[in-house]
Amino acid sequence: MRHALLAVGSIATLTLTGCSEGVLSPQGPIASAERQVLFNSLGIMLAIVIPTVLATLGVAFWFRSSNSRARYMPDFEYSGRLEMLVWSIPAMTVLLVGGVAWVGSHDLDPRKPIASAVNPVRVQVISLDWKWLFIYPDQGIASVNQLTIPVGTPISFELTSSGVMNSFFVPQLGSQIYTMAGMVTRLHLQADHPGTYRGLSANFSGDGFADMRFDVQAVPAETFAQWVDGARGTGPLLDAASYTELAKPTKAVAPFIYPAVAPDLFNGILSAAMPPHDPSRLTYLGSQGAEK
Amino acid sequence: MNLLGKLSWSAIPFDQPIIMGAGAFMVLIIVAILSWVTLKGYLPYLWREWITSVDHKRVGVMYFLLALVMLLRGFADAIMMRAQQAVAAGSAEGYLPPEHFDQVFSAHGTIMIFFVAMPFVIGLMNFVLPLQLGVRDVAFPTLNSVSFWLTASGVLLINVSLVVGEFAKTGWIAYPPLSELQFSPGVGVDYYLWSLQISGVGTLLTGINFVTTILKLRAPGMGYMRMPVFCWTALAANLLIVAAFPVLTATFAMLLLDRYLDFHFFTVDGQGNAMMYVNLFWVWGHPEVYILILPAFGVFSEVVATFSGKPLFGYRSMVTATMAICVLSFLVWLHHFFTMGASADVNGFFGVMTMIIAVPTGVKIFNWLFTMYGGRVRFTVPVLWSLGFMVTFVIGGMTGVLMAVPPADFQLHNSLFLVAHFHNVIIGGVVFGVMAGYNYWFPKAFGFKLDERWGRASFWCWLVGFYVAFMPLYVLGLMGMTRRMQHYDNPAWQPWLVVAAIGALIILAGIVCQIVQLVVSIRDRELLRVSGDPWNGRTLEWSTASPPPAWNFAVLPDVAERDTYWFLKQRASAEQAQPVTQHQYEPIEMPKNSAVGVVNAFFAVVAGFALIWHIWWMAGLGLLGTFLTILVFAFRDEDEIQVSAAQVAQFDRIHEPEVAI
Repeated sequence: MRHALLAVGSIATLTLTGCSEGVLSPQGPIASAERQVLFNSLGIMLAIVIPTVLATLGVAFWFRSSNSRARYMPDFEYSGRLEMLVWSIPAMTVLLVGGVAWVGSHDLDPRKPIASAVNPVRVQVISLDWKWLFIYPDQGIASVNQLTIPVGTPISFELTSSGVMNSFFVPQLGSQIYTMAGMVTRLHLQADHPGTYRGLSANFSGDGFADMRFDVQAVPAETFAQWVDGARGTGPLLDAASYTELAKPTKAVAPFIYPAVAPDLFNGILSAAMPPHDPSRLTYLGSQGAEK
Repeated sequence: MNLLGKLSWSAIPFDQPIIMGAGAFMVLIIVAILSWVTLKGYLPYLWREWITSVDHKRVGVMYFLLALVMLLRGFADAIMMRAQQAVAAGSAEGYLPPEHFDQVFSAHGTIMIFFVAMPFVIGLMNFVLPLQLGVRDVAFPTLNSVSFWLTASGVLLINVSLVVGEFAKTGWIAYPPLSELQFSPGVGVDYYLWSLQISGVGTLLTGINFVTTILKLRAPGMGYMRMPVFCWTALAANLLIVAAFPVLTATFAMLLLDRYLDFHFFTVDGQGNAMMYVNLFWVWGHPEVYILILPAFGVFSEVVATFSGKPLFGYRSMVTATMAICVLSFLVWLHHFFTMGASADVNGFFGVMTMIIAVPTGVKIFNWLFTMYGGRVRFTVPVLWSLGFMVTFVIGGMTGVLMAVPPADFQLHNSLFLVAHFHNVIIGGVVFGVMAGYNYWFPKAFGFKLDERWGRASFWCWLVGFYVAFMPLYVLGLMGMTRRMQHYDNPAWQPWLVVAAIGALIILAGIVCQIVQLVVSIRDRELLRVSGDPWNGRTLEWSTASPPPAWNFAVLPDVAERDTYWFLKQRASAEQAQPVTQHQYEPIEMPKNSAVGVVNAFFAVVAGFALIWHIWWMAGLGLLGTFLTILVFAFRDEDEIQVSAAQVAQFDRIHEPEVAI
């Protein structure tokens, strides 16, 4: 019991103080809504879990064999009413939480665009061994291990992988989603406040996995425009050749920017999920899989 | 052609002090035990009474012992991980490089699920089932021995990987494409696949054996609704084994074809689709957790009823709930990957199904509660484990349902919150259940009780250690830390990881207490000696001697009630006069010992090892060896020995007063 309280207590304390980073400190509409879902479900369940734990310990203690005041009922093995109660309590709890789950999965479907008056910014995400490549198709630039986004603007992600499966995850912005070679998954996130938020891979992908980190720089719209202008210019072009070079396994890569991106590179990567050593072997189709 | 395939001296990591140290330690212990056994002249005894035994009780004890040994191995991995994560913050890299850390967490998961939890649970079922059903053995005794030794083969292979070559660096779920040849060219994944394929065959055979035993071999008069609840949960678990393990075997077979013969089931190229593996893996994987937890539920049902001095409350409810879980467990697998991008309808459906399976589980908790209500609860060690379970499991169940809500899972998936959740249900459920069962049935198996004081100490260390080790992981998950990180740059995580490491040490103290408990109990066995019915039991296993004779029951019991033995005791005390029963003893036919299990397993190890290292001639020999072993066994002339009526009568006359009713 002490431990149960400790558990509940530690979660509750964190909730109240709002730990500085992580899913309980949301910085966008998706993460906020998900936190709400989490609290709602937890609240519904605690209403039944706490009494159950207390009752278990209470009953065991009261009916201890040394307690002569407790009534011994050696034949008490069935009661229709109690059975009814026993099945209906968890069933009703599940009815409530199940409702939260069903509604929640539709409201917060990662594919569902965020309703907003502002036009979304498109970002194409490719997980590589072991770094993240972010292509801004409309701006014609790309960055590695660093994602700069305008505040208050929906970001529409298309995600894939060069080979191994990863999971794109920015805890303070909300949902994570898998990246898989030859397939596109979709995700819509938005940051409401300027700041730097940690991003990482949430699906183990090999030796360099722990360093697959990136920072999300959420900046005001004007700053974002300036950043895009500053990023554009002369420098290495990201095309099929330099992508093949980039796709070679490397660990703990410092962030950098490609000032220009070959058009339609993302679809090229998708239709031929190129392994670093043998790009000729593959004819993988993007049409199958998660994206229908 | 290279006669040794890929094998060479470079496969042994002489330059890795940690691995070589652990390997040398293991080899040393094995050599020490072997030479002690040989010098003392115990070898013939071991061969005759244990290694070739087909007695379900002996096989059960060996399963349990195997699991205990592997618990130490798996736990050593756990301590290494906790220590690594406790120090590897910021620019620190810790003491385990990624290629080693990755093997450690993969081995930890694989070992704990397949070679600790499974043999624990199967060992308990082996020992208890025929006794509770009132029969003399399982349906196929020799097959039972074959199953055990195949499991031991898998154990051997996975331990060899520590020294010769490497283990998988993919996590225990070995998702492709990471586990494909393109990204894991080493032998690690092959060790993983072949050790699980071989032991998986053993598990499937066990499932078939037990399902047949329960359906076809019950004592006269024991209808389904008179079976003890443990038998029901075992039936459900074994039905799940029979239905789910072939899926795992087929899935691994496809991955093997990819790796060995250039197929493209799950590869990135050639139209392979890794999502298929993920689905198939969890089609096995979710029923698997119920294969583990259902027998544990059975143990708690027996323990709570016995020590409350009452029948189990709501027997029919319990049976219904068990079978409902059995069926529903096949309809929830997608909750392991809500983040794969399925549609909202699909995610919503599997989320709701997952919650529905929580209903029968909740019913069970309430039924145990009402079993204690109106009872006289004796706080023995098994009861402590049961109460610890009820509290802990409710919390673990709650966090499980929380993650069954897809939007919550989008945030918590693959985080340490998830790691905390499944340890919460597997330690708080399966391990606590196994420990309750161990303390409960040990006197039946060996004729003396386990020491209470050390048993209590062990329980409290495990319980406190569990909370200290895993509550911080819940917090870390909410802070956004994902699993399997060899190092991390967020300093805020470190204090929590240090606390978790301390918790692991407290659990270690619990394990040490358990070992001491066993040693002390063996030392004091004459003081702890018990009769056939030490706990005032209710079911048939308590109506025979402790330890039971090879034939379990001199005369097969007649079952007229649920909780037969309790009922007979009640009737006898009500009638005052002892009914003097004159038994008509008859000769009993018992299955003969057989070396087929251990020989077959030897060849399975040879074949497995050869396949891992691509030593084709040796693989051929190994497979031929297993085939010939079974062939020779199939042509045996006689496989039973007769125990004479006089011998049975003599044993019974000595031991009957123990359990007289």
